[in-house]
Amino acid sequence: MRFKVQSIILALVLLALALAPIILSKYWINILTEVLIMGLFAMAFNLLFGYSGLLSFGQAAPFGIGAYVTALLIQQKFGGFLTVVGIGTFTALLASVVMGFLCVRRDEIFFAMLSLALGMMLYTIVHNWRDVTGGSDGLPVFGIPHLDLFGLSLNVKSYVNLYYLVFVIFLVGAFFIYVIIGSPHGLIMTSIRENKLRFTFSGGSVNNVRLFVFSIAGMISGLCGSLYCIFTRMASPEMLHWSFSAKPVLMTILGGSGTLFGPAVGSLIFFGLEQLITAYTTNWMIFLGAILVPVVLFFPKGVLGTLLDLLQGREK
Amino acid sequence: METIALYILNGLSWGMLLFLISLGLTTVFGVLGVLNFAHGSLFMLGAYFSLQIMRLSNNFWLALVFAPIFVAIVGAIIERFILKRVYRRNVSYQLLITFGILLILDDSVRLIWGPAYHVIDPPQILSGSINVFGRAYPVYRFFLIVVGPILGIFIWAFFSFTRLGKVIRAAAFDREMAAGIGIDVNKLFTLVFGFGTYLAALGGALAAPHQSVGPAMGERVIIESFIVVVIGGLGSYPGAFVGALVLGIVESFGTAFAGPAQMALPYMLLAFVLLVRPRGLFGKEV
Repeated sequence: MRFKVQSIILALVLLALALAPIILSKYWINILTEVLIMGLFAMAFNLLFGYSGLLSFGQAAPFGIGAYVTALLIQQKFGGFLTVVGIGTFTALLASVVMGFLCVRRDEIFFAMLSLALGMMLYTIVHNWRDVTGGSDGLPVFGIPHLDLFGLSLNVKSYVNLYYLVFVIFLVGAFFIYVIIGSPHGLIMTSIRENKLRFTFSGGSVNNVRLFVFSIAGMISGLCGSLYCIFTRMASPEMLHWSFSAKPVLMTILGGSGTLFGPAVGSLIFFGLEQLITAYTTNWMIFLGAILVPVVLFFPKGVLGTLLDLLQGREK
Repeated sequence: METIALYILNGLSWGMLLFLISLGLTTVFGVLGVLNFAHGSLFMLGAYFSLQIMRLSNNFWLALVFAPIFVAIVGAIIERFILKRVYRRNVSYQLLITFGILLILDDSVRLIWGPAYHVIDPPQILSGSINVFGRAYPVYRFFLIVVGPILGIFIWAFFSFTRLGKVIRAAAFDREMAAGIGIDVNKLFTLVFGFGTYLAALGGALAAPHQSVGPAMGERVIIESFIVVVIGGLGSYPGAFVGALVLGIVESFGTAFAGPAQMALPYMLLAFVLLVRPRGLFGKEV
């Protein structure tokens, strides 16, 4: 019964998202596109935070790599849409393997600090290497290639096409994360979060499992960065700064770290609040903080987690 | 040769400021077990409060005395009403709640004082410059180099010789045991957080004439003081001293010799220490 209610809600939300371009204006569809990209990014981050207990403050690193590699390839007119996004994602995966190899050895705040340090090293490189990355100006992207698939050629420059494309990638990404969570590896990473020592005693390698999760999360983050670069027509160094890494963290806490779609709901709340508040003042972070603190204090399961609990009538 | 001496002096003056700020961060971590993301924002608040007091009274010393005290009160309120509720929770959530406080404080500063940068002149007696190896060097930086160790010695003496200092160390060592022998740990934690905030704000008030006062000044400081306490070892006082000097000097020489890699140096240092020796130079075994 419970399961049914949730499935119906999920189906309704997906239907609404699929029909959105018919009802909503270009402005709101662009915001929804951003919500979906950042939502998937936050869900990738949550593989680390919610399911593995690793608070990464350097998730902007693979995101930014995806964005920059894609921007550089498009500038060189290297290939079609799939090629530039694919190479961007793959480069982010490679970088995450290296970064993860170093980071997974540490726990809790040490992990957070180390991921922050490595991410910021990358930021300073991108920020100062003007010849290649354009320095603090970033890389503008012109002439986004078409998506050629099964004999069809899709013009990604159209905002509706891009929205649908991002929507489909979001669904595939979410399904991929869902499969990972349910896989033996996913179950093991949750068990490590619960009791690292016991897992070690039963003969497993904590670092290997963590490296696997870190790489997967990095790969999806890179994909999101690549899409984000195409969406904003820009790769800028801010995408690598630690304050950008904080965005998926905030979204995950707002939406709830215990559920698959929690971070995406957090992304929706994040941009919704931004729209609502920036209509009155540009200093909307103060409100974000004012909401974040009580959420952490009183609703540690986040908005979606709390709502699901209410639905299930298991409120304590 | 003279140039190198000047770089060392620059490194020392910024290092001494970092030392004071990191001392607050490391005290709060050592006793409360919370890594405070908002520490840099409290530093910034110290600078802005002293800016405000100087606007009203035009007296640097008045600002130096009162601004940190006011910020410490803000800190005590934050501990009493927010932090107190998360001590039993996961470390990550404690980090996140202080991040929420950072967002609130940073944007409040922007709302109240605007996004512009402000310049504060040092007081008459500390302005101007003296000749060092044939070059003019600001007196105020010498003042910082002298003030840092003096305050450090006072704080060290406080923790070593006074009853309150010993009680705080006892609570840091074993919270439950301290509560068991009749120490009011609740009040003590509020006090310690207020003290940590005081040091951050004192750093801010001292930094105000040294650099320009702006809404982004907290962001640089929080990352750098994280780096300092990690290099020195979380919770360690000698560690904070050595870590701050190392970072100050590395940065000062980095500006001169490392060229475009200069910005990456502190992070390379941080990553290196975390990978090779995560407990830092003076930290306890993790």
